Amino acid sequence: MNTPEPFAGEPVHTPVRHHILSVLVENKSGVLARVAGLFARRGFNIYSLAVAPAERHARFSRITIVVDAESAPLEQVVGQLDKLVNVVDISDIAPREAVERELLLATIPTDVSNRTSLLDILGLAGASIIDVDPGAITVMLAGTPTSCDELERALEDHASVELHRTGRLAVPRLGRDVPPATSERGPR
Amino acid sequence: MELTGAQALIKSLEQQGVDTVFGLPGGAILPVYDPLLDSSIRHILVRHEQGAGHMAEGYALATGRPGVAMVTSGPGSTNIVTPITNAHMDSTPLVVVTGQVATTSIGLDAFQECDITGITMGVTKHNFLVRSAHEIPRAIAAAFHLATTGRPGPVLVDLPKDVAQSTMEWWYPAGVDELELPGYRALAPLDEGEVDRAVSLIASAQRPVLYVGGGTLKSRATDELRAFAERTGIPVVTTLMARGAFPNSHELFLGMPGMHGTYSAITAMQRSDLLIVLGARFDDRVTGRTTAFAPEAKVIHIDIDRAELGKIRRPDVAIQGDVATALRALEAAGAAPASLATWWSEIRSWQAAYPLTYDEAPVDGPLRPQHVIETLAANAPEGTIVASGVGQHQMWTAQFWPFEEPHSWVNSGGAGTMGFGVPAAIGAKVGRPDRTVWCIDGDGCFQMTAQELVTARSEGIPIKVAILNNSYLGMVRQWQEMFYDERYSEVYLSPDLPDYVKWAEAMGCVGLRATNPKEMRDVIDEANAIDDVPVVIDFRVDATEKVFPMVPAGASNDDVLVHPSQRKETR
Repeated sequence: MNTPEPFAGEPVHTPVRHHILSVLVENKSGVLARVAGLFARRGFNIYSLAVAPAERHARFSRITIVVDAESAPLEQVVGQLDKLVNVVDISDIAPREAVERELLLATIPTDVSNRTSLLDILGLAGASIIDVDPGAITVMLAGTPTSCDELERALEDHASVELHRTGRLAVPRLGRDVPPATSERGPR
Repeated sequence: MELTGAQALIKSLEQQGVDTVFGLPGGAILPVYDPLLDSSIRHILVRHEQGAGHMAEGYALATGRPGVAMVTSGPGSTNIVTPITNAHMDSTPLVVVTGQVATTSIGLDAFQECDITGITMGVTKHNFLVRSAHEIPRAIAAAFHLATTGRPGPVLVDLPKDVAQSTMEWWYPAGVDELELPGYRALAPLDEGEVDRAVSLIASAQRPVLYVGGGTLKSRATDELRAFAERTGIPVVTTLMARGAFPNSHELFLGMPGMHGTYSAITAMQRSDLLIVLGARFDDRVTGRTTAFAPEAKVIHIDIDRAELGKIRRPDVAIQGDVATALRALEAAGAAPASLATWWSEIRSWQAAYPLTYDEAPVDGPLRPQHVIETLAANAPEGTIVASGVGQHQMWTAQFWPFEEPHSWVNSGGAGTMGFGVPAAIGAKVGRPDRTVWCIDGDGCFQMTAQELVTARSEGIPIKVAILNNSYLGMVRQWQEMFYDERYSEVYLSPDLPDYVKWAEAMGCVGLRATNPKEMRDVIDEANAIDDVPVVIDFRVDATEKVFPMVPAGASNDDVLVHPSQRKETR
């Protein structure tokens, strides 16, 4: 088995068998620790995780977790997650049926020698420049995880790049059968 | 009505019908101990917080009602982490209230501060840090709701001192809707389709076995189990956690499965073509090597916790639900196999060839632990509750005590917590004062928590303790004898140090000793005649006695080591 090891070595690629869990939780202190602790305790690998207050209510937050489905059966991950009292709803989105986006920010040292090639790369990738000073630029790319991967690789030749990624968000693709929520619960 | 947070806490416990709290006060929980003086709630003052937790567990296991413990912050709270873990592993309903430093000090490494909600996150069903006095009623009501519904378990409520001291206008949640648990639903409706598929699997089964786990007791499904088993004639095995869920004396009963189960229970499961799993979770102590477990069996798995369905063994039919409800649905559908006559004749031959057995004790001693247990049981009144610690004595008790009714067995299953027995027996006796409660303990276990006999004496809780004193950490000794070439490493304890009789007497109990079968019968009679103070008997048993049958760790359940006396003639 050549399961990629998340967090170990570069470049980091998305696990071959990954799944996206969109988890609605109560917006209370400690909830993220409960979710992360469960994954650690049971040996489920998290590839990426994004969290922010959820739509409409300040009472809930949405955690988008990309899970390495090789590390544990998905139904076990969902079943255990579902037992956390603060977890309100879990949607399991298969990658094929998902629209996934991620934000990448990178600060890149520039000077006359590399600026042209750098602008070429950024132009091809569709990244935009959001901050500039004489010795560096900061760029952003909001795109598919693959396009972020590609930009990350393209920037590898540039020294001292400081690069941040948010981890992905995902929603079910429109116009197809929307996968059923794996939990029937919803906020009351 | 304006109350302090402390008063609100006590009043909330009263509101939940709590009659007993096991605990020990300290700085951060001090405010709560004042209104306790004015409450009808009985407080049992323990000598160590671990004792409070195990007593609450014993209370819960013997009564089916949630046990309640209350301790202070810091070390008070960490001392009760072991019982909380134990309750988590065994799905025992427990509500633990811990004091916490003032909200203004949290995170500042204050005196006796510890992040107990963080520590217990993985070993509670849920926990709460209460941040205002107004929230106390909701936290307590929610704690009891969570602890007792769905798959039961321990819930911890952490109460900062300033919250206990501040005031609130009394209110109490009118119902579940006011508990603010949007992510919690205790029960899912049964999937009718799965029930239908279960019925057809049962109809075509030739070698079915009912694999009954602790969930059957938790859902109070023992009447339904008996009705289903008797109508269908399907053999019954009960796990360590389910002893008493089905009468030992019943003709359909095969005993306990697993590492130290009966040969017939283990083998019936191995040869089975259908396991009907009721509130059990394919624990490694039951399955042995999982890949070799019951290889030909289809599986109908009924459990209230959906995460158990498929966790270890993929079921052919998975029914998420309460065992009692599911059994009623199977009954209503008339699920029944065809004739099991051939199956039963096979089973009867195993039962005849490999009954539980042990060698007779020499007249001069030492005693045989199994003989002690059988004699205790034979002289115990009907309805006696038996508790145990963890190790050989626990397995022998599980094997040789004749369990006839639910909630008569109090033990530590999943966690295997040595020292569980004495405090759990005390809790059981508090919950069921009408019953005789025997704790069958090992000498190693007894030394871990014996000080709670001081609690028992001072609170007037007359339990009886039988120490099967083999002067060793016996189960570890057994493994070292069998699997480590008799290289005994750090397992010898001494039969005489401590002197258990003097120790018992120092704690205000009656202390007795027996070294041979005649003395054994005499001291059991003597102990049974005492009903006002705790009694401790030091039974001197054979240190070389081992628990059989045994499936060695990691082996297949096809490879049962039966008692040595049964090995030659049949193999």
